[in-house]
Amino acid sequence: MIRYRVPFLPLVVALLAALAAVPILTNNPSLREELFLVFMLVTLASSINIIMGYTGYVSFGHIVFFGLGGYFAFYLMQVQGWHFLAALVAAAIPSAAIAALIGFPILRLRGAYFALATVGINEAMRVVFNNWDLFGGAVGMFFNFSVYSQYGGARAAGELAYYTMTVVAIATIATSYAIKRSKFGLALMTIREDQDVAMIVGIRPSRPKIAAYVISAVFPAMAGATFFFKNGIIEPGHAFELLRSIESLVMVVLGGIGTVAGPIVGAAAYEWLRGFLITNPALANFQLFLAGLLLLITVLFVSSGLVGWLRDRFPAVRSYIP
Amino acid sequence: MTALLSVQNVTVRFGGLVAVDGASFDVERGTILGLIGPNGAGKTTLFNAINGVYSRHAGSILFDGARISGLRPYEVARRGVARAHQVVRPLNDLSVIANATVGAAFGREDLSLGAARKVAEETLASLGLADKAELLANKLNIAQKKRLELARALAARPRLLLADEVLAGLNPQEVTDMLRVFRDLRTQGVTVVMIEHLMHAVMNVCDRVVVLDYGRKIAEGSPQEVTNDPKVIAAYLGDPKLAEGMSS
Repeated sequence: MIRYRVPFLPLVVALLAALAAVPILTNNPSLREELFLVFMLVTLASSINIIMGYTGYVSFGHIVFFGLGGYFAFYLMQVQGWHFLAALVAAAIPSAAIAALIGFPILRLRGAYFALATVGINEAMRVVFNNWDLFGGAVGMFFNFSVYSQYGGARAAGELAYYTMTVVAIATIATSYAIKRSKFGLALMTIREDQDVAMIVGIRPSRPKIAAYVISAVFPAMAGATFFFKNGIIEPGHAFELLRSIESLVMVVLGGIGTVAGPIVGAAAYEWLRGFLITNPALANFQLFLAGLLLLITVLFVSSGLVGWLRDRFPAVRSYIP
Repeated sequence: MTALLSVQNVTVRFGGLVAVDGASFDVERGTILGLIGPNGAGKTTLFNAINGVYSRHAGSILFDGARISGLRPYEVARRGVARAHQVVRPLNDLSVIANATVGAAFGREDLSLGAARKVAEETLASLGLADKAELLANKLNIAQKKRLELARALAARPRLLLADEVLAGLNPQEVTDMLRVFRDLRTQGVTVVMIEHLMHAVMNVCDRVVVLDYGRKIAEGSPQEVTNDPKVIAAYLGDPKLAEGMSS
């Protein structure tokens, strides 16, 4: 709705691309690993923001799509011998279809009931994959080393995964930005504010809601495909890890719910903080405790998050940061 | 030509309570109809039946000759019926201009975002909210929120406006301004049904008045006829002397 004074999207894309190039140019594998993780978290947080921040539906078990994408892609690569990029695209399709299928009934629920339903679905999927021999059951699946040879070895495969995650993260941000500025986005935000009013002005809520849910499922599925490709092993506990789901919610809230920039800032800040805490011997054991405390402080005192606070405090910022 | 809105023998029940009981009336094109009656008479309920919030009602509601009973609110809205609520319902975390744009973008005309924004800007200007456009809706005071509620409805450029006590809580100057808005709407050919307790406003702008009491229509006619009707005086105004004072 706001006419931005700076070209936000080209700026962010250029910044991320430049950032992504740093570990390649300086040949710094540990920085590459860190950025891989940050881009993955940005993807997860920005995706959740589409359904939670724009539409107002707190998807607590959103990691389910990360796991599904990971499993589908892994199966295609390991069992069917597909190329990683083909598997990545193909894995997004059933993940989106499942989102549409479960979104149809559960998006009728409001508030806490929807949040609980998403947790239930994530737990149910974990049990399903725990018992499904096609996908390796409780042990999961792991690559033969020969899988990486078609990409030129494990190191080159790792770089391919890194580039892919960078592109997925940028695509997520671009989508998030496009939605926020679109008529579709305005419909979502109207639904978030008051679904009854949305209907009275002429919005049929079910369609945009399901569309938002499907879009917010596609990118985590791609991130999951990439993550587990690089990981070389997938098992149910790791694919459908509720803690990761909750952490992505924290990132969204920390950065600023409902803003485009918030999840990016939140994911980067959270990961930086965690890196700092884990490497500090005195604080390492308190890592999750401090993360919880941070969430509490944010919710109590700056409920609009870092970016939201800036926008509220300095209205001029609104025309620079969406 | 048929009436734009025709309410035919409409009954709305909530369990054992009959909120609207066999109400019938027509609203002619380009006119302003006042819907009055004591608190709890079923006025707002009737609005909810017309715009599809209570889609399960007995009887028929025709809009432009076509039956709209049983349609969902978004289907009614897309035919050109807009609604301003008695209890304002701004979209709090969106800007004032976004609130108005929502009205313009999703209704009958299905405008693009850019076109909707232009309509929204014009609507805000006509209601004196232009300088508040970039504020968040929750930063407005109550009188401004009432105007915003009306702006959202008007931005849809409706054929029929359902205005539920949009004058309540406004000061006399604001009421005068708002009545001018309603007269302008009539000139533009928009049909209005307004629920209103402010009698002098009803007397001023309404072409016809329908009176509800306990869900039943007890009177219909010009504002003068209705306020002189003994049944209306008994049910609504109570004290006949007060009624005379108001109609003068």
